[in-house]
Amino acid sequence: MRTKIFPIFLIITFSITFYVFYKGLQNSNIYTPEIKSEIKIPSFEAKEFFSKDTINSDQIFIGSEFYLLNIWASWCIPCKEEHKYLMDLSKKENIKIIGQNYKDNFVNAKNFLIKLDNPYDLIFSDNDGTIAIEWGAYGVPESFLIKNNQIIKKIIGPLNEKLFSEIKELTQ
Amino acid sequence: MNILKLLITVIFLINFYSSDLKAKNLGTEITKNLRCLICQGQSVYDSDSEFANSLKILVEKKLDDGLNEKQIYDYLKNKYGDWILYDPGFNKNTYFLWLLPILMFVFGGAIILRKVILKKKKL
Repeated sequence: MRTKIFPIFLIITFSITFYVFYKGLQNSNIYTPEIKSEIKIPSFEAKEFFSKDTINSDQIFIGSEFYLLNIWASWCIPCKEEHKYLMDLSKKENIKIIGQNYKDNFVNAKNFLIKLDNPYDLIFSDNDGTIAIEWGAYGVPESFLIKNNQIIKKIIGPLNEKLFSEIKELTQ
Repeated sequence: MNILKLLITVIFLINFYSSDLKAKNLGTEITKNLRCLICQGQSVYDSDSEFANSLKILVEKKLDDGLNEKQIYDYLKNKYGDWILYDPGFNKNTYFLWLLPILMFVFGGAIILRKVILKKKKL
């Protein structure tokens, strides 16, 4: 009896191990933690992109309007892809698009806007990337939909058709 | 007299040096305990990604503002969740992780104890 149990046990153990690892092969190994939504926006101070005046975050996000904060840089290729969606959104009346220029060169960033047009109502610079961390952002591009000083949606990566219509729906 | 002067100078210099070292180490210590969220498998200290470099600057800034180690961890946990810390806290998501070694230890111990008792009985 004892001699029979052992091989069976061994086979079961091996098959379970094989199954677990085989399944694991297909899993993505990039882990993105759960995103806490409905959190308050951070307060920070930044320099306005063109005038270099110091502005406070509570001078930017006022009242109950919708704001879309978009973190971008001229060196970021996906930012070019999402640009057309930002241009489309900028035509909407009830949403203001705020740009956060992330670790960028001023001249390059300006050329980027001249070439592709400027969808932003206001841009501030984030030269060392610390403001992005205040937002809990990972990098560029990243967007935050804000209403009443609350983040209602966080988008990691470039905007696409699906996210674009989702934003449109949320801001109806 | 000269020896005394020399001794005082040396002690003074050592103190001066070590206090500076301590301050520098805290920032390093903290960034070593933070997971780089872009380049997973590396700590923020080891990484040279844009995200990690900004985080290093931010930790230094927060230390200058007078925040202590725990406050900085709490601050980052609030922004990025438990995942950013290499040493996760004990909560409902991690209790299995923390209790598993203890469970294995108790279970293994029980098996060994049983074997020992059985052996003694046979003798």
